Amino acid sequence: MLLFDIILIFMIIGTIIAVETKNMLSAVVAVGAVGFGVSLLFLYLRAPDIAITQVIVEVLSLIILIRVATHVDNVAIERRIDNFANMTGLIFIGLFIAFCIWAFTDVIPFANPLMRVSQHYLDAGLRETGAANIVAAVILDYRAYDTLGEAVVIFTSILGAFVILRSKGKKKLSEEDDITVGILEDA
Amino acid sequence: MKQDIIEEITHDRSTGMTLIVKTVAKIMIAMMLLFGFYIIIYGHLTPGGGFAGGVIIAIAYVLMMLAFSRKVALKKLSNFWASIFDNLGMLAFIVIAYIGLGFGYFMYNFIWHGNPFHLISAGIIPLCNIAIGIKVGAALYAIFIGLSIYGRITTKEEE
Repeated sequence: MLLFDIILIFMIIGTIIAVETKNMLSAVVAVGAVGFGVSLLFLYLRAPDIAITQVIVEVLSLIILIRVATHVDNVAIERRIDNFANMTGLIFIGLFIAFCIWAFTDVIPFANPLMRVSQHYLDAGLRETGAANIVAAVILDYRAYDTLGEAVVIFTSILGAFVILRSKGKKKLSEEDDITVGILEDA
Repeated sequence: MKQDIIEEITHDRSTGMTLIVKTVAKIMIAMMLLFGFYIIIYGHLTPGGGFAGGVIIAIAYVLMMLAFSRKVALKKLSNFWASIFDNLGMLAFIVIAYIGLGFGYFMYNFIWHGNPFHLISAGIIPLCNIAIGIKVGAALYAIFIGLSIYGRITTKEEE
């Protein structure tokens, strides 16, 4: 598990750099390093399907983020020191760590699932579905309804993005607005 | 005619990136499309599947848009056809699910399962993978188009 810990520490350091650095482009690069660390972890935990998806989605999101970051000015946010906020944050981080330690003592050991249905998938998956890749057998046969839901989520989000991003409106600029939406101005 | 326009823009040195990037991108795009289709079609045998392969195809088109110009990518696959492919993939997935309803229940694996470890096996799983791959690839490419060009199109009245 030494490699696992090294990658985890690397990812934590990358996250801190991404939050704390002042240059936008180096923050994006640090986020990318964290994403590739996640894919290495998936590969280490023997989940190649998710590792492939993680690498590829990371590449696409990095392309978009870098194109955004090179067009945005680097404005460092002025930070003032607030003792009350810092103390509150520290107290809640301490509570979080305490509850984590308390919760993870009762967690079931790795690769010993509580649900017995996964053992059935492993035993009978090839016979019942005919798919050699057990992940494909689960997501597209046993749990196909979930996959349909995910596809609907992507479809709806892209519909929303198209509606918001279009600048060619249906209404002409000269027409008057007859419906008022958004934040209403007070007098 | 359309091919001529693409050839003309491709060899135009004033648009897109440098000649080195264009030469490498030409080879890389073909390989990425091939790898994406491989990941989709062999999704029931090897790691991968519809989502991962679809994103690889989308990245190939994004590379085309970055290395050459926006015009070349839009001539190859316009935003209209990207959204049509998005809808068709979603529709194909739902139609496969509803055909299963006639044989028993929703999403029933109604095709003969075949011999395991063969390319044609596992019933509806490869078909669903292909539908999801087309859907995700077209959708992510459409998102990139949306982020890239939609702010620049203005109607004639506004100009």
